[in-house]
Amino acid sequence: MSLAEARTLAPPERRTAQVVGCEDVGAYRLLSAEDLTGPTDPRPGQFYMLAAAERWGGGASERPYLPRAFSFARAEPLRQGTRLAFLLEEVGPGTGRLAELRPGDGLSLVGPLGLGFRPAREGRRPLLAGGGIGTAPLVCLCDELDDATVLLGFRSAAHAAVAALFGAQPDLATDDGSIGRDGLVTELLAEELQRDRHAEVFACGPPPMLEAVRALCAEREVPAQLAMEAGMACGFGACFGCVVPTRAGFVRLCLDGPVLDAATLETALAPGGGHQG
Amino acid sequence: MSTELCGVPLGGPVLNGSGTFDAIAARRAFGDALLERFPFDAFVSKTITLEPRQGNPPPRLWETPAGLVNSIGLPNKGLEGFLSADLPQLAELPVPLVVSVMGYTPQELGTLVERVAARDEVAMVELNVSCPNVESGLVMGADPAETARALEAVRPLTHKPLIVKLTPNATEPAAVAAAAEGAGADAVSLLNTLKGMALDPATRLPWLGGGAGGLSGPAVRAVALEQVASVSSRVGIPVVGMGGVASGADAADFLAAGAHVVAVGTESFRDPAAGARIRAALAAREDMPAPDG
Repeated sequence: MSLAEARTLAPPERRTAQVVGCEDVGAYRLLSAEDLTGPTDPRPGQFYMLAAAERWGGGASERPYLPRAFSFARAEPLRQGTRLAFLLEEVGPGTGRLAELRPGDGLSLVGPLGLGFRPAREGRRPLLAGGGIGTAPLVCLCDELDDATVLLGFRSAAHAAVAALFGAQPDLATDDGSIGRDGLVTELLAEELQRDRHAEVFACGPPPMLEAVRALCAEREVPAQLAMEAGMACGFGACFGCVVPTRAGFVRLCLDGPVLDAATLETALAPGGGHQG
Repeated sequence: MSTELCGVPLGGPVLNGSGTFDAIAARRAFGDALLERFPFDAFVSKTITLEPRQGNPPPRLWETPAGLVNSIGLPNKGLEGFLSADLPQLAELPVPLVVSVMGYTPQELGTLVERVAARDEVAMVELNVSCPNVESGLVMGADPAETARALEAVRPLTHKPLIVKLTPNATEPAAVAAAAEGAGADAVSLLNTLKGMALDPATRLPWLGGGAGGLSGPAVRAVALEQVASVSSRVGIPVVGMGGVASGADAADFLAAGAHVVAVGTESFRDPAAGARIRAALAAREDMPAPDG
């Protein structure tokens, strides 16, 4: 890994990992696969391009065709290879097909790709803020940290079941108040920063949440690293499809992200960050 | 499997389509392993223009049945940025370099060809003529006479091979190819993307930031195969065939239809080693037509 960049290099080809689990975690699914030949040390925040090795295509609307980008939730070194875990939510033909995978099936992957989270600046405590499926890269980041405060927001208690994946005890907020605070994770974040603003925020979640985190941190002069999302075809800078606007112009999220320093953004509400699931 | 294109020796018959593989970016993601297992036998750069372009606003992609509509808008550093920042890095690739250029007037195209072809690192120049001539308002590559005029402007400027990238959005691509050959092109490549569009399912308004875009992938393969066959039967110069090539069998089809070499585009998005996989599958086939070059 380069010392300057939180990037572990990927082998330059698609490979096939073997699915070893695909279990419900509340309203989500956790897909686990053994990657025998990839690197054992992907950086939290990096991602993989995933596709089912069989029957990828010809599903609903005769899609999917392209692989789908997923940050890994956990990477555990095995005697040989790495056990990778990804958090899924069925929102389209690609995520739907991935959610069908069963132990023994093949999972095509390319990765790890992109730039992950950098260590917190000297003297600042890490404050992790996740929303929904965006909690995934914070699981492995939390594993690496001894003393992280973790704040998570979900739609409902069923979605909040993901909190059990964290080693730390997260503070929760839900849209329907079925568990934790009846409200938004950004309310929890505002209170934490009010209590002690010598923190660095590591956030991942839907664009409106990330924009709220960015604005909150900018106002309080707190550094923040945001793991963002954009529809992408390749994941390694070839297609130029996943650009997001920054103060320095468009950047390819797959190459210069997905983790961006919040200070480089005018807004985290990137136009067209949408994807097709 | 070694071959040649316009007199330039190649280790095999698989290129990349322009704009479908950024070797500089890929080296950041994959490191020097990319150079040790480089997937193509020649590398075609993304199209460069005289001035820098930041490209179209996102969203830029839409997945279709077996394909992709893109509206990228040719982001690039411009001629000077390319020559100073990108070319030294592309020169480190282990294969011959083809630089794709696009000009909005024949004069602009001339400046690009002259400056790019003068560099020793560049083996061939590809002319992306899928853009409007701002003087005539006509898309150069959609019209045989416009294409010939563009070639006549740039042909005297270099002895290096000139490849004309044909657009399928022409009434008769074979006539454009013949005009290019008549005006001194050394090869033609086809096809570029087919015009396409997608609507946001929620609003029924155009999804792509650029409004419309270009379709690629297996969805265009049958169209590409026909155009490669009709162009090949019309011209004597070599044809670089592409359009949805995803396997050795697809590549063998294009070669059988008359292509001299093939290019892989959208399939590389799914597998960065697609070019190498297709080359290996092609080499293992026994039903390959004998190369005529």
